[in-house]
Amino acid sequence: MSDRPALEVHDLVVDYTIGGHTVRAVDHASFVAHSGSVTAVIGPNGAGKTSSLEACEGYRPSYSGLIRVLGMHPLRDHSALTRRMGVMLQEGGIYPSARVGETVRHYCALNDDLVNPGTLIEQVGLSGLERRPWRALSGGEKQRLSFALALAGVPEIVFLDEPTAGVDIDGRALIRQLLGQLAERGCAVILATHELDEAERCADEVVVFEHGAVIHQSPLSTLLGSVRQIRFSTSVPIDMRVLNQHLGVTVSLRGDAYVLDGSSETTMISRIEAWLTDHGVRLTAVHAGGRRLEDAVQDLRKGARP
Amino acid sequence: MKPFISQLRSELTVMARNGEQLLLILVIPLGLLVFFTTVDVLPTGSSSTVDFLVPGIITLAIMSTAMVSLGIATGFERQYSVLKRLGSTPLGTARLIGAKTVAVVFIEATQILLIMMVGALLGWSPPGTAWLSVVLAVVIGTIAFAGIGLLLAGRLRAEINLAVQNALYLVMLLLGGIVVAGDTLPRGLARASAILPATALTEVLRDAVSGGAPLVSSAWWVLVAWSVLAPLAAVWLFRFEPAQR
Repeated sequence: MSDRPALEVHDLVVDYTIGGHTVRAVDHASFVAHSGSVTAVIGPNGAGKTSSLEACEGYRPSYSGLIRVLGMHPLRDHSALTRRMGVMLQEGGIYPSARVGETVRHYCALNDDLVNPGTLIEQVGLSGLERRPWRALSGGEKQRLSFALALAGVPEIVFLDEPTAGVDIDGRALIRQLLGQLAERGCAVILATHELDEAERCADEVVVFEHGAVIHQSPLSTLLGSVRQIRFSTSVPIDMRVLNQHLGVTVSLRGDAYVLDGSSETTMISRIEAWLTDHGVRLTAVHAGGRRLEDAVQDLRKGARP
Repeated sequence: MKPFISQLRSELTVMARNGEQLLLILVIPLGLLVFFTTVDVLPTGSSSTVDFLVPGIITLAIMSTAMVSLGIATGFERQYSVLKRLGSTPLGTARLIGAKTVAVVFIEATQILLIMMVGALLGWSPPGTAWLSVVLAVVIGTIAFAGIGLLLAGRLRAEINLAVQNALYLVMLLLGGIVVAGDTLPRGLARASAILPATALTEVLRDAVSGGAPLVSSAWWVLVAWSVLAPLAAVWLFRFEPAQR
């Protein structure tokens, strides 16, 4: 088996012309993705994730830089690539009146019936909805149908744009399970998402986009494991200044939780717990270990080292 | 072959499922033929009403299918990103266009057959038909109207495309010599009418079913010009991406 990455992107630049002005969507981005691995391309909306993926999928006829998908050029070798690549668009792509069953059967036929449509429908949890039109599906069901269409040809590489957007808890679990199965059978899975919780649950590798550029790529474990942290919640808000003075460290409020970076020691947790008890505050949740992806990305975005 | 047949089935299913498409491609042409033949209100000159109407109604049917129906469907496919999604499958552009073409030919053949049958029931009796000219005119007319339909579909937002296609349909129905003879229009409108593809196709078909048309008539040249320029413009300007709002 070749060690060459399934996807190679080097110095990619994608520009758009909007109202006579040139807007740079992707700014000299470079990253790779490997077979048998789930690579999450993360970043806020408008960071360049979708534009980069679309260039890789062959949807952007004008870009500069080097892209190789399974060793092939996304435009020149597009026809050959469509037989080995699965694509899930960010939204739409199906006629509102098209029914689930006929749509899956159609896409399986477009791929010479390599996959049984009934099995595929069952895999994505849409059994019983075969006669339901696209317009009558819920947001999560639409995403699952879109996901099924990306798998209609037994792809060696799949590009998934926001696959869990609008999907309920069960649907997310199902999609995560399918992503794992794809990677297990050697497929390179590239998913663009701004949902960091999802990326943290299913990615092996992360590529972080910011303002069109890649600011970080590494295995997820490397990004999260390099810094330890304690994250806790309390029954009532606390005075962080007093706590920080007492502990001699810096606890900050992130979202609805207090976070102490740089430590996950049990003694520190005990000291925090003791201080809270002394001040009549109950500890409602505590987590110690590697930091969360959201915090790591925030640090990267601020220019801090992971 | 399997992807092509599946795509053709999908094209015909989408069309059959749209009630307004069936209204456009069958009910309106046949309704106009029956109505204006039985209600004698049209200035048709020396020819009988049904003899005057049948070639024009065939033009209307071709315009309905190749321009309006194909154009509106393609516009919405573009807006819904259906074309974009198909672009990542092994179907390919050639088989996609092939499937759309065969769907249009299939529907046009059905339309023309029905129009001729209903026309015959209403007393249509062409003195002599140059079938080769009819087939050639239908093919060139289809290419011209499909070019116009796809040009609009590939540039405009789906809803605006729908409105423009329907407006063009109405303009060509009234000014294209289909139900109102061009020489009965005011001079300015008659001049504008002469360069419309609908006028050219109707004229060529009328000549072809009344004993044969000279292939060098100005109507043929107008039709050929539309069949070259409109598809070229469509290929040049068509965008697969949905139009920005």
